[in-house]
Parts: sequence; structure tokens; C-alpha cells
Amino acid sequence: MTVTKGESVPEGADGEADMTGGAGDGYVPSERRLERERYKRARARRATAVAALSTLVTAVVLYVVVISAPGWPRTKETFFSAQYAREAFPKVLQGLWLNVRLLVICGAAVLVLGMLIAIARTLRGPVFFPLRVLAAAYTDFFRGLPLIINLMIVVLGVPALRLQGVTVDPVLLGGTALTLTYSAYVAEVFRAGIESVHPSQRAAARSLGLTNRQALRHVVLPQAVRRQVPPLLNDLVSLQKDTGLVSIGGAVDAVRAADIIVGRSLNYTPYIVAGLVFVALTIPMTRFTDWVTARMDRQRAQGGSL
Amino acid sequence: MYPALRTPRRAAAAATIALLTTAVGCAPQPDAKASATSSGAAAKSCSQGKLATRTSGKLTIATDEPAYEPWFKDDKPANGKGFESAVAYAVAKQLGYGENAVVWQSVPFNKAFAPGVKTFDFDVNQVSISNERKKAVDFSSGYYDVRQAVIALKGSKAAGATSVADLKGLKLGAQVGTTSLDYITDVVKPKQEPAAFAKNDQAKSALKNGQVDAIVVDLPTAFYITGAEVTDAKIVGQFENMGGTPEQFGLVLDKGSALTGCVSGAVDALRKDGTLARLEKQWLSDAVDAPVLK
Repeated sequence: MTVTKGESVPEGADGEADMTGGAGDGYVPSERRLERERYKRARARRATAVAALSTLVTAVVLYVVVISAPGWPRTKETFFSAQYAREAFPKVLQGLWLNVRLLVICGAAVLVLGMLIAIARTLRGPVFFPLRVLAAAYTDFFRGLPLIINLMIVVLGVPALRLQGVTVDPVLLGGTALTLTYSAYVAEVFRAGIESVHPSQRAAARSLGLTNRQALRHVVLPQAVRRQVPPLLNDLVSLQKDTGLVSIGGAVDAVRAADIIVGRSLNYTPYIVAGLVFVALTIPMTRFTDWVTARMDRQRAQGGSL
Repeated sequence: MYPALRTPRRAAAAATIALLTTAVGCAPQPDAKASATSSGAAAKSCSQGKLATRTSGKLTIATDEPAYEPWFKDDKPANGKGFESAVAYAVAKQLGYGENAVVWQSVPFNKAFAPGVKTFDFDVNQVSISNERKKAVDFSSGYYDVRQAVIALKGSKAAGATSVADLKGLKLGAQVGTTSLDYITDVVKPKQEPAAFAKNDQAKSALKNGQVDAIVVDLPTAFYITGAEVTDAKIVGQFENMGGTPEQFGLVLDKGSALTGCVSGAVDALRKDGTLARLEKQWLSDAVDAPVLK
């Protein structure tokens, strides 16, 4: 807030307006200024009141429309039955523990594998040509392959080979399939990050006497990863929801736990419960993503160090 | 699509209209008139071949795809072979619909008895009758008394089980939405969480690949699986009925369907004149017995 100069300060004006202006510099806000402040405050109060009223009206209208809609009682019984919600909730939570474990372990594996593939794709030099081709083929294949087919082949097909020393545990196999698909996605995210770092950065690093590897490790990758945090977290949220697909091998996760109750009772409340539990798990992650993005934007806006 | 809504008032009006339209659009279909349930009353309204079916003059019958043996043969429900196909045609005939007036439809197991409007007149898909399910759909009288059985690979730990207690320490599996799974959770109460499969095929492949020690299916299916599909598996035994009441398969109809009374009457008549017993003997004769797991 800047104080316009040249405004005469009338005697006796109380200087207790909530405003900036160094204390003790003898500044007293003008009558006109105080009037302006009062007006602004009144407008703000009015805006708040209007917003509250309009929200209230909307809520009432929505409530009336939903409750009075024909078919609401049946909808309520089929989707929002308290009895089935109580029955489903503990079982869904029990199943969710499997989703969370899968998310943590697969998430870590995906980050490591994705990074390795991205580095393989961006290696320079003719000697690495086959490696580049293999990495490109891997990402193309697993990004194009529908996850459900991947899961079916790995979870249902691999055990039929009866390979020595290969697990038949559907959770481990399902986790493997998820890791294969998601590491392809994440590799592309990392690669985009690596390629978005300006060539001058690498050139500068090399001219300072860093080896190619050192330049990658200390100059390029830190910038690349930091830039790609939002899309990475996006993929993580997506992975979290897809962990439920391992139930194809019979493992009981949150969705399958709901499935079991639905199949027995023909009431759909357990699905709603499972859905809400997933949403509740995703919201903190999404908020975190937003916060990270905003923080990075601020840093960049301030011309902070990259 | 829409011109930009320039004023808040206009936007509010549009939103309200949209809301109301949605609310009205979500009105449920009027329920079919309560069906006559007593067969006496049913007999009067069940005029031969003139029921209020989906397609007038035709009887639309649904089942899952693939249709499993021994309930159906060669995955062709329309060929009249297999127990359920034969029963469906017998019921149709009883209602006055000849073979040419029967239309088959493929509906997944879980979808067949989900609440909501049905695209078929009745569904025949080894669906067990339960009071809980009756809240969502109508059932005809039972056309088959079913027992649940345990299958395991020959020579495995599970194959030697002689009682329910012997199964407690094993990894068991069954299809989601089936009473087979209920038998595992409510009767066996195993220490390990049972595997729940979307389809019986996946349960079979899990058994073959050693991902589960044993699976639970209904007895005729168990005989078919061990006889033709997984020949290195055997039937360990059958369960006694939960709660002492026999479990029955019923034909599934829409909740409040006008046909329920007539279809039930037809099933009852077929039971009375021995047709059901004859068809059972013809198609499920080998599924007579297995040791009972106490």
C-alpha cells in the first residue's frame, strides 16, 4: 500500500487505522483514506455475507432436489446403506493395507527402474546404441500394452510355466507387472526432464572439467528430477489406484473385499466405501503435489537458483 | 456447445434447470405389478405363450459366457444340452413357449443378479437363492439342490483332508459372489485369507499352478473339473449344508417381475412330474456323491 503524497493531514484524525506506514514517523492517515478503508471493509463483509447466503441456498436446493427426487429411497438403500457400510469398512481397510504395501514397494522399484531406463535412453556415444534401442523398445512396448493384459499374462500366465525358483504368489507377480508398466511411464517422465535441461548446462559442466558421468550426476539429473516432481507424483497417484488390479490373481485388496460383500448381498454400498477410502488416500497426495508445484513456481518466479 | 453464460443469474438458472432435469431423469421405472405368487392364482394369469415378456411372443433367457459344463454343453446354451439348458427349455415349454420362441442372451454372472432393469425374462446361471439377494431380485422356486465341494490336486496336503478342521491351515480359493466363497469364510474359517477370483477359470488355473491348495465349487462343477479339465485333481469331499437348509439354485427374475409367479409355477410342476429328477439323472448323474466333510 502506498500512501499518496500531498494529502493534507487534518488535525485530530486518529491514526489508528490498520495500515502500513512506519510507526512513529508522524504519519497520520487522511480522512479520505480512512473513509476508503471503511468502505473496503464494508464491501468485503458484504461479499462474505453474499457468498455464505448463496452457498446456503445452493446447499438447500441440492438437498431438496436430491431427497425429493423419485428414486432417492432406492438409491439410498442400494448405495448408502449404513448397515453394509459398517460391515464393509473394516474389511475394505484390511484390503487397503495390501494396496498401500504394493504402492510403497512398487513405487520405489518404479522410480529406480524408470531412472535407469531414462539414463540408458539419453546416453551419448555410438557404443551405447543397442542400449538406447533396447530402452526405447521397452518404453514403447510397456506404455502401449494395456495394463490389464500385462497383469493377466504375468499373474495368470507365468505360474503356468512352472519355472524353477519363480514365485507363484499373485501379489508378487502383480507387483512385478505394475512395476514393468509404470517404470515405462516414469522413464519417459525422467527422460523429458533430462532433455529439458539446457545443453549449456552440460557444456558448462564439461568445460569445468567434469566427466560426462559427473556432469549427469551433479548438474543434469538434479535439475531434471526437480522439474519433474509434479508429473511423477501424478504417476504415483495413478499407480496407487491401479494396485487394486492385482486382485486378478485372487489376492484380496480393498476393491475385491468390497466385491465379495457386493456379490453376496447385491448391495453396492461396499463399492462406495472402497471408492471413498481410495479418494481419502489420494487427496493428501494430490494436495502435496499441488504444494510442491506451487513452491517450485514461486522459487522460479523469484529467480531462485535452479 | 453452449454459448458462454454471461451473467451469474443466467448461469444459476441454467444450473437449476440442469439439476431439475437430472432429478426428473433419474426417476425410477415404475415397478412391475406385484406378481401373483401362489401357483393357484398364477395358473389363471399364466396364459400359455402369452406372458408379458420382454419381446412379445418370445421368451428371453440369459446365462453367462462361457457357459460351463455340465450345466451347458459346448458353450452353446441354445442346443438344449446340459442340465440348465434342458431345464430352461422345459420351463419354457411349461409356459407355452416352444424351442423356436426361446431367445438366449449372454449376461455375466455378477450382472445377472445385480439390481436394476433386466434385459431378459429370466436368467439361469447357477445362482443360489438367499434371503439377502431376494431384496434385490426375484427368484423362482429352486430347480436344483446344490452342495459345495472341495477340489485339490492329487497327492497334495489338501487331498488328504477328511474333515473341515483339516482345511483350516490351507490356502483356499473360490469365485467372488458365490456361496462357495461363503462356505470358506463361514464354515472352514481358514487361518489364511482365502483367494477370491473373478471367474472359476482363474480359480482352476490357480489350483493347477499351485497358487492355492484347494478350491471350492458346487458339486456337479467339481465332478466336471476333476473329470475333464484338471484331471490331476480330485474331489476331497463335500460340505454339509450351512444352517441345515438345503441350498438351491433358482431362476433369476427382475425384482417384482410379472413372470415370477408363472415361472415358479412351471418349476414346481416340473419337480412334481419328475422332469427335474429325470434331467438331473441325464446330465448330472455322476455328481451323486462325495465324502462329506464334517
